[in-house]
Amino acid sequence: MQPNAFLRRRRLQSIFFLAVIAAITYGSMVLTQFDLVQGLGVIPRAFVWAITNFVPDERAWSRLPRILEKLQETVLVAVASSTIASIFGLGLALLGANTTRPHPWFSLPARAIASIFRNIDVSVWALILLFSFGQSGFTGFFALSFVTFGFITRVMIETIDEVGIEPVEALRATGASYAAIISQSVIPACLPQLISWVLYMIETNIRSATLVGILTGTGIGFLFDLYFKSFSYGSASLVVLATVVAVLLIEAVSNYIRRTIL
Amino acid sequence: METTLTSGRIRVRPRTRANIVLHVTLIVLVLLTIYGLATLDTRNINIFTAFGDMLNNFRIVLFEARLKNLSWLELFRELMITVALGLITTVLGAIIAFFVALFAAQNLAPRRVTDAVKAVMAFIRAVPTVLWVLFFAVTAGLGSIAAVVGMTFHSISYLVKAYAETFEELDEGVLEALRASGANWWQTIFQAVVPSSASALLSWTFVRFEINFSVAIAMGATAGAGGIGFDMFMASAFYLDLRELGIFTYAVLIFAILLEWGATRLKETVGVKRQA
Repeated sequence: MQPNAFLRRRRLQSIFFLAVIAAITYGSMVLTQFDLVQGLGVIPRAFVWAITNFVPDERAWSRLPRILEKLQETVLVAVASSTIASIFGLGLALLGANTTRPHPWFSLPARAIASIFRNIDVSVWALILLFSFGQSGFTGFFALSFVTFGFITRVMIETIDEVGIEPVEALRATGASYAAIISQSVIPACLPQLISWVLYMIETNIRSATLVGILTGTGIGFLFDLYFKSFSYGSASLVVLATVVAVLLIEAVSNYIRRTIL
Repeated sequence: METTLTSGRIRVRPRTRANIVLHVTLIVLVLLTIYGLATLDTRNINIFTAFGDMLNNFRIVLFEARLKNLSWLELFRELMITVALGLITTVLGAIIAFFVALFAAQNLAPRRVTDAVKAVMAFIRAVPTVLWVLFFAVTAGLGSIAAVVGMTFHSISYLVKAYAETFEELDEGVLEALRASGANWWQTIFQAVVPSSASALLSWTFVRFEINFSVAIAMGATAGAGGIGFDMFMASAFYLDLRELGIFTYAVLIFAILLEWGATRLKETVGVKRQA
């Protein structure tokens, strides 16, 4: 009888858990005034509308060069911010990781700084940075860089600690300097992982850059907003298509690189 | 980073394909970064004065934060609206994604079906969430309905990928044993698939909740979803009030750190259960 009682208790726990989730979700719907029936009704209507209105028209195709130019701008900002932030992130990770920190006191501040940088959302960073950089490319660049910096620091601390203390101790025993240990042992061992995470951040940052662009009036996000608000839905749909193609292409390239180097 | 390129007089690192791809990737990233920075749309901003300005603004956000237009209670309510948006979209997304993922896992559905489902999901995922929300806003109007539907769409595509990968890690023997004993497809799902992957699914769902909380802030700022994101947008673009923006930043930062802590704890327990 023991197993049955156990199963019954597990089942009761599951039902209780689901009921709590359902209640909180219902409360959330009341608070946000979200109506499920209305929400479900929107989906077919939106797609019916899209079939006739959200397709690239002739005017949209004539705007393609401008769209591609802005898309390139967005992709480049995503790549540049990811790469530069990763260099700084790796630096802070070396100070914070258990195996490479110069002093145990470095660990906590390094982790705290990383936590603050990545837990402030990219849109929030953009809103703060707007005060000093205005509607320029810098706002998006720094907003993306800050979040990437916090994220890369965290994952690289984990990666460095996973590689372990043995190679570091082996080199230390040969009398190698701190710089030599880092550059000859730690960085080569972590480089494939780092590249993999940089590629992941580039994919994420292209999507975030679109969002930030709407706030700061730059790149592909700005262009979408412009066409969308002037009811040029054909052109807006071409912006979406171009973004999708770019994201899928970059995903394919990074998957290939990841498979080869890891 | 160049230290791996030159290995001294003795070549200690073999010239494998992995190494070549690694170095080409590094070089391409560096070149693109230089080109990207050189062509950045600076709008004649002096980077040094702006950078000093930024540090001063950080000081104001950190140390001079105070509320002005909102009371503490209203702030809490706005934060809860953002949390609620994140929660609704995660729950709806998880329910739908669970059933879709059954048709995206190679050990549960035929190859042709899984390929088609995965392709559609990859497309949905490639469209940034904000574009989904604005897309639905055309027929629903700006507001919570467009925000929830748009965010749910992106959550589904993310969770289907995560769930399907979890299902594919299942022990093939367990599935076979149930099939051999005459269990039908739904019985296999609820007697074998769900019990053995429940904790991993829960962990992924919580990670998505973490993401959806940040997305909900962003949608409030850019796509009329309301909540604290909208207040932050108003403080930044309309009232130009860094001090109030500071309080909002503290509020979302504290909540995000709590969520991250919860996600890490959940992942640890899941990991322990898997080993046991």
